[in-house]
Amino acid sequence: MVGLSIVLLLVIIAIFAPLIAPFDPISRVKEDSLLGPGRTYWFGTDLLGRDILSRVIYGSRVSLEVGIIAVGISVIIGLLMGALSGYFGGASDAIIMRVADIFFAFPYILGAIAIMTVLGPGIINIFIAIGLLGWASFARIFRGSILSIKNKEYIEAARALGASNYRIITKHIFPNSFAPIIVYATMNVGTAIIVEAALSFLGIGVQPPTPAWGKMLSESLDYIDIAPWMMIFPGLVILITVLGFVLLGDGLRDAFDPKMKQ
Amino acid sequence: MDLQQNNKILEVKNLKTYFFTDGGVVKAVDGVSFDLNVMETLGIVGETGSGKSVTALSILRLIKQPPGKIVEGEILFKGRNILDMNIKELQDFRGNRISMIFQDPMTSLNPVFTIGNQIMEAIIAHRNVDKKTAKQESLKLLEMVGIPDLKRRFNSYPHEFSGGMRQRAMIAMAIANSPNILIADEPTTALDVTIQAQILELMHELKEKTKSSIIIITHDLGVVAKYADRVMVMYAGKTVEFSDVDTIFYKPCHPYTLGLMKSITRLDEAKREHLKPIEGNPPSLIDLPRGCIFRVRCKYAIDKCKNILPPLLEIEKGHFTSCIRAEEFLSGSLKRKK
Amino acid sequence: MKDNNNRILEVKNLKKYFNLRSGFLSHRSAGSIKAVDDISFYIKKGETFGLVGESGCGKSTTSRVILRLTNPTSGQALYNGNDIFKMNNRQMFNTRRDIQIIFQDPYASLSPRMTVGDIIGEPLEIHRIGDKKIRRKKVKELLKTVGLNPEHINRYPHEFSGGQRQRIGIARALALTPKLILCDEPVSALDVSVQVQILNLMNSLQKEFDLTYLFIAHDLSVVKHVSNRVAVMYLGKIVEVAESKDLYEKPLHPYTMGLLSAVPIPDPEVERKRKRIILQGDVPSPISPPNGCRFNPRCPNAQEICSREEPELKKHAISSAEGHLAACFFAGKPI
Repeated sequence: MVGLSIVLLLVIIAIFAPLIAPFDPISRVKEDSLLGPGRTYWFGTDLLGRDILSRVIYGSRVSLEVGIIAVGISVIIGLLMGALSGYFGGASDAIIMRVADIFFAFPYILGAIAIMTVLGPGIINIFIAIGLLGWASFARIFRGSILSIKNKEYIEAARALGASNYRIITKHIFPNSFAPIIVYATMNVGTAIIVEAALSFLGIGVQPPTPAWGKMLSESLDYIDIAPWMMIFPGLVILITVLGFVLLGDGLRDAFDPKMKQ
Repeated sequence: MDLQQNNKILEVKNLKTYFFTDGGVVKAVDGVSFDLNVMETLGIVGETGSGKSVTALSILRLIKQPPGKIVEGEILFKGRNILDMNIKELQDFRGNRISMIFQDPMTSLNPVFTIGNQIMEAIIAHRNVDKKTAKQESLKLLEMVGIPDLKRRFNSYPHEFSGGMRQRAMIAMAIANSPNILIADEPTTALDVTIQAQILELMHELKEKTKSSIIIITHDLGVVAKYADRVMVMYAGKTVEFSDVDTIFYKPCHPYTLGLMKSITRLDEAKREHLKPIEGNPPSLIDLPRGCIFRVRCKYAIDKCKNILPPLLEIEKGHFTSCIRAEEFLSGSLKRKK
Repeated sequence: MKDNNNRILEVKNLKKYFNLRSGFLSHRSAGSIKAVDDISFYIKKGETFGLVGESGCGKSTTSRVILRLTNPTSGQALYNGNDIFKMNNRQMFNTRRDIQIIFQDPYASLSPRMTVGDIIGEPLEIHRIGDKKIRRKKVKELLKTVGLNPEHINRYPHEFSGGQRQRIGIARALALTPKLILCDEPVSALDVSVQVQILNLMNSLQKEFDLTYLFIAHDLSVVKHVSNRVAVMYLGKIVEVAESKDLYEKPLHPYTMGLLSAVPIPDPEVERKRKRIILQGDVPSPISPPNGCRFNPRCPNAQEICSREEPELKKHAISSAEGHLAACFFAGKPI
């Protein structure tokens, strides 16, 4: 429930950012540089005199977009690969799973940095980088549930009726295995947000002046002594957001688990 | 009379075990009464969800709490109420005085220990013996239950055993401390027909040898006919009839028992065109019907059955039934339908 | 033979071996499970043919292979004279309308996330029969046919009891008006009182729709009550086949005798008088079945020849009954 509230709040903030944010996140007010939290600027301002609260609010858009779209890409690739490998088995299974192993062995952030270096910075490229890196877990999970469902009698029943493979996968296997995928995807949104923050922090992610939490953190580094609010608020928001998604994932798992319902 | 009293090793009185779930209170066991004599085999029969297994688990107080709870009743072992025992006494009691074997021996044996190890554990848990003695005892037990190639089998893991062998090992473990009562919950349902016969025969021999009692829970009326001295029939959590095996099979006085007897297919009978089922389905245990629980499926139901929940009464000596028309069956004024 | 036309299904020398892979990415075989090892039988139009045996004897595999849910190792299965195993996808797709299956486990055989209407309507949808409205009407009729309330069309399987779920499975199998239904332990997961309901339903459906059943079960008394002819399987082989009456009254194979003897009869008095023979030992692994007759290590009548040679399934002089075959050198000798 806590997870759901945090995530819902975040979504509302992201959608209505222009209405909620008290200031323009990009416009600079030179004389208000590095102001501490106060009545006008609740979260203080940065070096360029931009309102940190507004930047945090707009930053949620980037984070959510990256989280959802990148994970969406991972899920789609993962489902395709998982279906190929779990349902048809044989050589395609062996090959796909070995490739997945390679992706597993590769440190997430390092992989993202490598891809971003090749593709160049920019939000679209972040989607691609994070999306590409995340598919392996989904393939694994989907493959696992296919393997456990594939030999159930209701699948045999469908085959005995003459159902095509496509029909069996979409109508019978997928609806019975989407629960773990939704759960994992929800939790993965949190991870994707962290990776995006890290990339932006390293300067190869979202480019200024677009407000992004990771970028705000890296901008805060030089002023950590004199303007700690520059770091505290974006950091806190990242923490809460990721926690929110993980809690939501946990909650969903409990909700999907038929044993918990009984 | 007195003698018979002393012969009772277990007495269950109006046992009620409920499960408190989100969906409501599941009255899994809702008024079960029976007794068990020394050296007797009692059969408990009933459909899935009739509360047979929960009754057995309640006797050993193995009901997971929450959501389960024994809300009412007494379980007297040699006159002592098991429900009053503290944890220490209980642990001492389980596996020692009463032990249990389950339907699926694969899930009730620990896969990471050898069979020998697990039997030794069972011995050491209850008796003050050293490892060597325990090992000798274990080997003796395995021999008793008919496991061949003892030395090797002692060091085997459960997965290396066949289903029948595993059930034999379970039995060895259960009788390790020569309990007074062995409760067998569908002990052969998971086994093949020819292996079933072996296991049941083994249990019967061991009972004779050790002068213990057996409670066998089963849905197989053939098994009951062959091995049980007395039978309790359960329906929707309640004892509906309890008597000696011949009475249950030949002069049942509860319509459910009657229907059960009519519905069985027999191997020694010619092919029948039309079998006689009990129509309808068992009621939901959360939402039991008012009045008699069997009423909606009963061919003999009358208006009175709608309002009265019939108590379990002794209609003749040693014959208990919970039907308001039982007396009519007994006297013959109500004919049992063909 | 003169009545060959009468055979709706004829299985000839069917073998199904499952290869055991020794390891991953390796295609070396580590032996094979001979689940079905050279069996032949036929089913006549309109009859119920019982196939009994203990778990792992290959009876379920046989039904799966006939439906090509798994491919045979070798052999033929002639449906009205056409080999199912040689059919192309199109022909197979059409044949599936005629041959249906009912499963043992009414919990595992219905997809938990589909409504009853979708489940029963699926065969119609796959075979493009009617439009949505017509299909829905047909589903409601089917529900009525199997004794369920047509108004429950939008419910999910978990809202039904075991017996009701089995009725749903039967309705699904009936949707395409098949000729032959393979029933794989259709009542063994059900309670006694419900078993009989389902058996009666199957019996009346057989008459109403002119169905032929292959009835697979381990419960000999149930098989007796439904079957016209019965085959007994042991470790991938058919050891005896006969008219139901002959098999139950005068079994020829010692395994059949042991099996019949092992089943306790629900009648205390009969049981007290009855002398039972209990077969000793375990069923051997189908990976390394015994040499000679597969039953020889457990057979009380076994002689030296039994472990050397494999007896053929054939007619024996001791039984005059038509079509009574047994695979035993000493057929008919009591155990």
